Amino acid sequence: MPEGISVTVNGTRMSVAENTTVLAAVLASGTAMVRRSVSGEPRGALCGIGVCFECRVTVNSQRHRRSCQILCGQGMDIRTDE
Amino acid sequence: MNNSKHSFAVLVVGAGPAGIAAACCAAECGARVGLVDKNARPGGQIWRGEWQDSRVAEAGNWLRNLAAARVEILPAMEVFAQQCAGRLAAESLDGVTELSYKKLILCTGARERFLPFPGWTLPSVLGAGGLQALVESGLAIAGKRVVVAGSGPLLLAVAAHLSEHGAEVRLIAEQTPWARLIRFGLALPFHRQKISQALQLRKQLSGIAYKAGCWVMAAEGNGRVESVTLHAGNKTWKEPCDYLACGFHLTANTELAVLLGCEVRAGLVRVGDFQESSIPGIYCAGEPTGIGGVELSIVEGQIAGFAAAGQCERARKYFGERKHLRGFSAALGTAFALRDELRLLADAETIVCRCEDVKLGRLRRYSSWREAKLQTRCGMGPCQGRICGPAMEFLLGWKVESSRPPIFPVQVASLAAATCAE
Repeated sequence: MPEGISVTVNGTRMSVAENTTVLAAVLASGTAMVRRSVSGEPRGALCGIGVCFECRVTVNSQRHRRSCQILCGQGMDIRTDE
Repeated sequence: MNNSKHSFAVLVVGAGPAGIAAACCAAECGARVGLVDKNARPGGQIWRGEWQDSRVAEAGNWLRNLAAARVEILPAMEVFAQQCAGRLAAESLDGVTELSYKKLILCTGARERFLPFPGWTLPSVLGAGGLQALVESGLAIAGKRVVVAGSGPLLLAVAAHLSEHGAEVRLIAEQTPWARLIRFGLALPFHRQKISQALQLRKQLSGIAYKAGCWVMAAEGNGRVESVTLHAGNKTWKEPCDYLACGFHLTANTELAVLLGCEVRAGLVRVGDFQESSIPGIYCAGEPTGIGGVELSIVEGQIAGFAAAGQCERARKYFGERKHLRGFSAALGTAFALRDELRLLADAETIVCRCEDVKLGRLRRYSSWREAKLQTRCGMGPCQGRICGPAMEFLLGWKVESSRPPIFPVQVASLAAATCAE
């Protein structure tokens, strides 16, 4: 087994397998909500292929990154829209 | 920001089946070929993950061809603008790349079509292909209850994939009525390859209920989907679930073609015999010319690749096969046409534009998308109308009028780098 990749999601450390997207890591952390919409609704991912922009999160302080398009990297700091 | 420049005789945009075939064929003719793709690995949506562990023989063959071909692959790079005739700008994490070309082949693929219904914005309601993509990228689905719904052959493939990964697929709800599915099935004997695929899927799906003439009326839940309301015949019932995977067949990605001025009719890029668009030197292959599946995409890609490299005689050899496969594509469109009842699912309070949270009731006050855009910002969020556009076309009869650069949201620095290139 390859060694897991360590990331933090909203401050909680977790380990994920290689080739796991940031989105899969966020959902594995136990939340279905990835962000809040302009009117405050909870939203999760929709298209899974980088088109709908519903899965935007903050990765290493860079905001509005499409979490379905980014693979987890060692030590990545992931924050969902609170 | 790091900016680089590349120049190709033939540039292919999109590394799905059509793009891979096009790039390989053009390279075989000795052309200097570039293949740019927004994903980290070639394969597109349908062959995602095949580079790692090839399970589809055809995918493995083409990916090996590509690896052996003299094709420069530019991954994780998204084309967002045209700098001037013969030059595109693409953004990656490293900055902007200028891509110059003599001939261009657009293989930009398709996305799922989504239709609004009450509750479709709840977390854990995803596209059918969307949930599959998520499982392929690491989401644990084992033991989760999933309803797969919408329309099109993709639903079967998704259900098979999810159940293989341990999901409890409660039901596949296909909106098309049985009568139309049977007519479609009867057309299949002329498509042997499709039959063997269908039989294989059937085996994987044994034990999963498949209901035709059945659709989702609403999704319910507190903060995430907990159940869906389904309708079939004169029956309406609630099905508890952890995920709803719902997509209504596919819609072509034509934004780049439109931006470059290629003629698009009824949502599809118009091409001639050699897959050339209305703009000389710009070719298009695969789903943007008509939703027809992998085989047709490959054949069109081969034709475009040879033609763009100047070898029209070699391209001509595939005309017969293309004609045959286009017959299947037409049958597909007829079989999975959307039923009128689906227009009634969204009510005044249902959000249509998910980026700007614009509800159907507000949209109904306007007569065109242009007018609605100005008043409500509908379709002006980051997806730029890619999700709500096809929905509004179905619900309100509105057409997408134009495509403006950048065709994807990019960093301000990228925009600056792309516009001051002269």
